[in-house]
Amino acid sequence: MDVFLQQLVNGLILGSIYAIVALGYTMVYGIIGLINFAHGDIVMVGALVAWTVCTALAGSAVPAPLILLAAAGAAMVVCMTLGVSIERVAYRPLRRAPRLAPLITAIGMSILLQYSAALIWSKQYLALPAILQPTMYTVAGATVTDLQVFIFLLACALMAALAWFIKRTRIGKAMRATEQNRDVAGLMGIDVNRIIAFTFLVGSGLAAIAGLMVILYYGIGHYFMGFMLGLKAFTAAVLGGIGKVNGAMLGGMLLGVVEALASGYIGDLTGGWLGSNYRDVFAFLVLVLVLVLRPSGLIGGPVSERA
Amino acid sequence: MTVLAGNHPGLKRLAFTGVAVALAVLPFLVDATLGRTWVRIVDVALLYVMLALGLNIVVGFAGLLDLGYIAFFAVGAYSYALLASPQFDIHASFLVLLPLGAFLAAVFGVLLGAPTLRLRGDYLAIVTLGFGEIIRIFLNNLNRPVNITNGPLGITLIDPISLGGISLSKTYALGPLTFSPVHSYYYVFLLCALASIVISVRLEDSRIGRAWIAIREDEQAAKAMGINTRDVKLLAFAMGATFGGVAGGLFASFQGFISPESFTLLDSIMVLCMVVLGGMGNVGGVVLGAALLTALPEALRYVGPLQQAWFGQVLVDPSDLRMLMFGLALVLMMLFRPAGLWPSKIRKRELATAAE
Amino acid sequence: MSRAHPLRLLVLGFALLTLAACGKKEEAPPPQAQAPAPQAAQEVVVKIGLAAPLTGPQAHIGQDIKNGAQLAIDDLNTRGVEIGGKKVRFQLIAEDDEANPTKATTVAQKLVDSGVVAVVGHFNSGASIPASKIYSDAGIPQISPSSTNPKYTLQGFKTTFRVVAHDDQQGPVDARFAVEKLGAKRIAVIDDSTAYGQGLADAFAATAKSLGAEIVAREHTTDKDTDFKAILTRIKGKNPDLVFFGGIDPQAGPMKKQMAELGINAKFMGGDGMQTPNFIKLAGETAEGAMASIPGLPKDKMPGGKEFLERFKQKFGVEVELFAPMAYDAVMVFADSMKRAGSTDPAKFLPEVGKTQYQGVIGPIAFDEKGDLKDGPITIYVVKNGQWEPLETVTPTAAAPAKQAEAPAPPQAVQK
Repeated sequence: MDVFLQQLVNGLILGSIYAIVALGYTMVYGIIGLINFAHGDIVMVGALVAWTVCTALAGSAVPAPLILLAAAGAAMVVCMTLGVSIERVAYRPLRRAPRLAPLITAIGMSILLQYSAALIWSKQYLALPAILQPTMYTVAGATVTDLQVFIFLLACALMAALAWFIKRTRIGKAMRATEQNRDVAGLMGIDVNRIIAFTFLVGSGLAAIAGLMVILYYGIGHYFMGFMLGLKAFTAAVLGGIGKVNGAMLGGMLLGVVEALASGYIGDLTGGWLGSNYRDVFAFLVLVLVLVLRPSGLIGGPVSERA
Repeated sequence: MTVLAGNHPGLKRLAFTGVAVALAVLPFLVDATLGRTWVRIVDVALLYVMLALGLNIVVGFAGLLDLGYIAFFAVGAYSYALLASPQFDIHASFLVLLPLGAFLAAVFGVLLGAPTLRLRGDYLAIVTLGFGEIIRIFLNNLNRPVNITNGPLGITLIDPISLGGISLSKTYALGPLTFSPVHSYYYVFLLCALASIVISVRLEDSRIGRAWIAIREDEQAAKAMGINTRDVKLLAFAMGATFGGVAGGLFASFQGFISPESFTLLDSIMVLCMVVLGGMGNVGGVVLGAALLTALPEALRYVGPLQQAWFGQVLVDPSDLRMLMFGLALVLMMLFRPAGLWPSKIRKRELATAAE
Repeated sequence: MSRAHPLRLLVLGFALLTLAACGKKEEAPPPQAQAPAPQAAQEVVVKIGLAAPLTGPQAHIGQDIKNGAQLAIDDLNTRGVEIGGKKVRFQLIAEDDEANPTKATTVAQKLVDSGVVAVVGHFNSGASIPASKIYSDAGIPQISPSSTNPKYTLQGFKTTFRVVAHDDQQGPVDARFAVEKLGAKRIAVIDDSTAYGQGLADAFAATAKSLGAEIVAREHTTDKDTDFKAILTRIKGKNPDLVFFGGIDPQAGPMKKQMAELGINAKFMGGDGMQTPNFIKLAGETAEGAMASIPGLPKDKMPGGKEFLERFKQKFGVEVELFAPMAYDAVMVFADSMKRAGSTDPAKFLPEVGKTQYQGVIGPIAFDEKGDLKDGPITIYVVKNGQWEPLETVTPTAAAPAKQAEAPAPPQAVQK
């Protein structure tokens, strides 16, 4: 087995998961400059809705791909409804408020989502019934499953689609205009409220897909799972340059690979003095290093003036 | 405080005396009415007042979003615990350790501040968040290969604050009053919290305070006016950290035990909520925010049993209900008072112009 | 701007209510709801406190502990207990300590204020230790169902007890089994960076080394991770024949699964933290062959053991997660001590707690002079056909002399 190659694969897959979550994070940030703390929890809701659908249909005559489609559909409907409602109720009224006010409502929303989920799905760790039997392949000494390949390709495809959408379509153009200057965009005849709502719709839909992928890949769901995911995705988004779709992708992949390599090699590099327990330290050090050299992330444009 | 008293000197003195007397008898009043639990909650609230005021210097005055503030609390707590416990069998006095903790925290503040000077807004937020996590991970893992912090096991049997044979961990009777540890610590915490308030108020009105506010409002303009933004920003980090360091030392002595579990990201977020919710930049608002967010989750513990009384049965798991109410309270308070419960005057003005 | 407020409030409030209404229904109403105590004249109400994380990432375990204690309270009340000639009705006062040391002391004070005579808790050592001072000052006995930090009972308090084996008991037994019975020579050890997981893993590693096995990798993860591919890949590169994990099932389950995905064929072993039904669910088919130790005799050989598991599931609709049996026994130990002392006054029955000789669902319970559970039997289980099957029971008499003879004291043992 080629250990290095395997670690690279591990990192890229973990990175793909971070990237899918970070895409939604970064879209919301791009358009209203809000660190949407509740985004991780929307991913959690998506995962748990998918869990419910899968558990209900597992063992029935329904073929696996259909179950997954149903799960994806249900998760997307629930997450999109939630995302748009949260924006309408908790963020929109605060659009002109001091910058940190919506951050606090986002934290409040995150807590609300968590404990609503605790009431609905209990506080137990939920195991996903085996719907897919992943096939293993060995490529150049590294083991990959078809699910891993799928997650990686999906992350790339979503990023490409999103990038195309923002760059080429009318709504995408309106999104970019709103991002640059909300007031002027409004003067130009863009319905800013609709565009922002639409951004939350897409971001939450992405969160639903991310949730499905996470629960499919790890087979485990929990009402608190969104917290760590959101945190890592936020880190990834900033690493790449927050607000940039390709930045989220690059940041996610980089974070995943750094984590895998740190876990795998810190011990050997330090002669056993430090171990895999320092993984996150290295991940954050890389982040600090990148930001010191490039204060607005790997793909960030000029430094934001929103500070 | 000045808001209450207006400008009349006699009224001012009366209000001042009133507040002083109220604060002096508060623990006994609370003990007699609400029970000793609430005295302890008041103690904890005072610690959070110090923390929130410290973070307020960084976030409220200088406008630098810090999501890893609890790290300074940890530095203060661990420096106290390591040097006043059986861990290394060193038992230094708090008179040495509290200033030391403040100094160490300030050093860490500068260490954090230095590489982040060029960063703005949310980029700064994630780096400070990472810094907080790095400190916690080190505290959790510095038990191998050489044991320094005891790792996840934490440090036990930390010395209480004591001076000349009087230890705050013992109960003393003074006439009709019994001073249990929670009472004695109250007065120590109160003194430190009051000192923090005075320092904060004085800072706000000082040259440095105005420089911070100038940076918060517009860094480029501040630089153009001749403010050395680098030094002034570093000073904000160092000053803010000092408050956290002292609070950490007090916390370690009060609890008698600390472990890395007390210094998580959630704790940083909670302190930030206190600052923002109370009214960023306004000392009175921040104190209010700290008191409110310490008391609210505790008060909400009584909601669970109320279900029983109102509906005759428990409909929602009380602990979940409590957190739901807390989340809802955060959202609602921000919706109704976007600038905080007691906003600073400058903020208020900004909001008024922005809404036009 | 403010015109929309009432509407917003309404929408939020309504959403919350809807969510609340469709929430948990299986929660059994506490006993005081059913019987509004008509015979209050002779009955004495005795309050037992419980403190555990009921919210946050560890809430599932806190809930488990609460359910375990609740079952014990209900059993005692249905059975009817007389102490010192008076009929006694027990009442559980549960508080959420959020796994936060600061909250733990507040909660401890709250329990003391509300007049509890004994406390089951807390879950985390980090909460049990600062809280123990408050219980000690109030003279109230405390039994932790789960805190394994050796320091918990080393503070010199007379009121601290635990009904869980501490790390130095289970780790060496596991190591001896792995090396002597399974013939493991190259062992990889992983912990979850918590006091429990690390203590267990360290004790295991020290004994395994002393028995001649080589520790080829010593890895760490956290109690929040779900991706272990990186450390497992490193372990695979070292080619071990056994992987030992110190931690609990939400990590152990996915970890076992990912071992299979990476094609690691080494045996997988752990402590009581992963000897749970949920581990099998989370690891799926890959759980087969995993081994874990748990203090006590095999459940079906234990008086009331199997029946306990069934009744628990029936009452709460969920399987025992982890520490419910310990919490159940903790309540029973208190009741037993009160009976022997003939009093519900903590000052009177506290000395009796130390003298406990009780046959609980986790096995025989007796405390040493520090308040730790005296060495009891430890059973090693293996997953067979999707079930935990007892493999071997190690009795303390066989383990004790060997322990002193062979094992150089692991770090924790030095502090004892």
